[in-house]
Amino acid sequence: MNTKITGKIIVVGDNIDTDQIYPGRFLAITDPKEIGSHCLCGVSEDIAPNFPKGGIVVAGRNFGCGSSREHAPIALLSMGASAVLADSFARIFFRNAVNLGLLPVICKGISAGTVTVQETGEALPCEQLGDQAMKILEAGGIKPLMRARFGKQ
Amino acid sequence: MHAIEKILAKNSGRREVRTGEIVTAKVDFAEINDLYLQTVYSFYEMGGEKVWDNTRCAFVFDHYAPCPDIKSAANHKEMREFAQKNNLKFHFDTNCGVCHQVMPEAGVIYPGMIVVATDSHTTTHGAFGAMGTGCGATDMATILMTGELWFRVPEIIEVRLEGEAPRGVYPKDVVLAVLGRIRADGAVYKAIDFTGSYVENLNVAGRMTICNMAVEMGAKTAYMQPNQDVLDYVSRRAVRPYEIQYTDPGYQYAETHVFDVSRLEPQLACPSSVENVHPLSEVVAGGPVKLDQGYIGSCTGGRTEDIAIAAKILKGKHIPAYTRLVVVPASREVMQACMAKGYIQDLMDAGATITTPGCGACLGAHEGILAPGETCITSTNRNFPGRMGSTEALMYLASPATVAASLLNGVITDPRPYLD
Repeated sequence: MNTKITGKIIVVGDNIDTDQIYPGRFLAITDPKEIGSHCLCGVSEDIAPNFPKGGIVVAGRNFGCGSSREHAPIALLSMGASAVLADSFARIFFRNAVNLGLLPVICKGISAGTVTVQETGEALPCEQLGDQAMKILEAGGIKPLMRARFGKQ
Repeated sequence: MHAIEKILAKNSGRREVRTGEIVTAKVDFAEINDLYLQTVYSFYEMGGEKVWDNTRCAFVFDHYAPCPDIKSAANHKEMREFAQKNNLKFHFDTNCGVCHQVMPEAGVIYPGMIVVATDSHTTTHGAFGAMGTGCGATDMATILMTGELWFRVPEIIEVRLEGEAPRGVYPKDVVLAVLGRIRADGAVYKAIDFTGSYVENLNVAGRMTICNMAVEMGAKTAYMQPNQDVLDYVSRRAVRPYEIQYTDPGYQYAETHVFDVSRLEPQLACPSSVENVHPLSEVVAGGPVKLDQGYIGSCTGGRTEDIAIAAKILKGKHIPAYTRLVVVPASREVMQACMAKGYIQDLMDAGATITTPGCGACLGAHEGILAPGETCITSTNRNFPGRMGSTEALMYLASPATVAASLLNGVITDPRPYLD
């Protein structure tokens, strides 16, 4: 997959858990747009309303730890995020993101304060994702793959 | 091979598997909780028609039990319709309890199986020698369609727990001490095998508490070799024949961490991170920590043993005015046992609020939400900002004994003087 993603970033910290990404009090909501409007409200209520379309969330270690709620990547996608860049991801969040076609970029050593802005031109190395994750991401998520497998294009 | 690898190999039709390999394995039981109507949506979006096996999957309505609002009620209704349409053999409605307590009680959890649920705390079932792991809604929908899921064979960390716990030190204290050392991301993508003499002698409830919290270290799954207590439990309940898997002698773990349980004291995870763990004495020495609410419940700390110790500490006494203690039995079976033994009466006499079995306020959905500026001590699993309500509330994670002793005084309190 050869895709260039460019976007404005917002920077959040380490151990941003699923309750901060999408608090429990909103879990009964099923409309993706409404889900997106609450994204990261546990960090700040101001993030979702002002998030730049196609923007990138940059985080430290263990992004998405906690619950298995798929609302977390749905919220990020629906808010307009094109990718999440982090030092590391919690496992279930990582799988959920890949399944929905939200790109999780693992960039070791990244943390609040060390993000390099575009103007400096510095390139930070990222980890190569596994073949299985890449196969799903290249298809645009698990849903197109499953539809193809079950002959429901 | 490790027992977990043998489970993965068996369910993926292989003789052996190696760390890092991707395998597609059969899922022996799949559970969807009531936060995951998206599972039904993803199932139909992907072309699903009927679930692959109506005896191997079930809904558990636990997070909204019973429903607090119209939205969650409408979600339940849709899920109930899906369950009925697929003629699911097992269905656990709002009268049952937390999925990780309800499933073992119903006999659908047994050694050597793979259980996948739409809940991160599915690591709990390592207590029974099963491989349990959590997934999201769409992964679950692929399981409902195919009966399988892909897994990366994880590195396995050994956490060896040796010795006998001193009086006043409970499984929750032990796992908090482990979490404080391994940290919240110390086991991401990995499995944790809890071994050692402490585990060999531990009862089912204690095993479940420890395996439950493995996910707070990021673990994909947890494991404990079944002991006699486990076999007594599952042999009375299991709905299918099972085969216990054993780790080969000399198996090389990716890491080993050894803990001397006999040297531990009660522990606390302080606000607002599960890894912010300190011995209780250290926190108390810093001055009184005033409490507004205590909470005993959840898949971590709401079992009969947990409620029993709280009742023992609070019997014949009363919590102070302007505090509240919310007690949420993990299941109907737990609540009935606690009623039969008089624990519920003792706790109510002491001023506790008893709510319906389920997840309650553990995830901030209902039944015990915290206001800004309030402080809560809880036997649950997470103290993330906003977990139980306001992001400006503070939460301390502790054993049920510490919760009970603390509520008795309205400040965080060492339970040990209250156990005689």
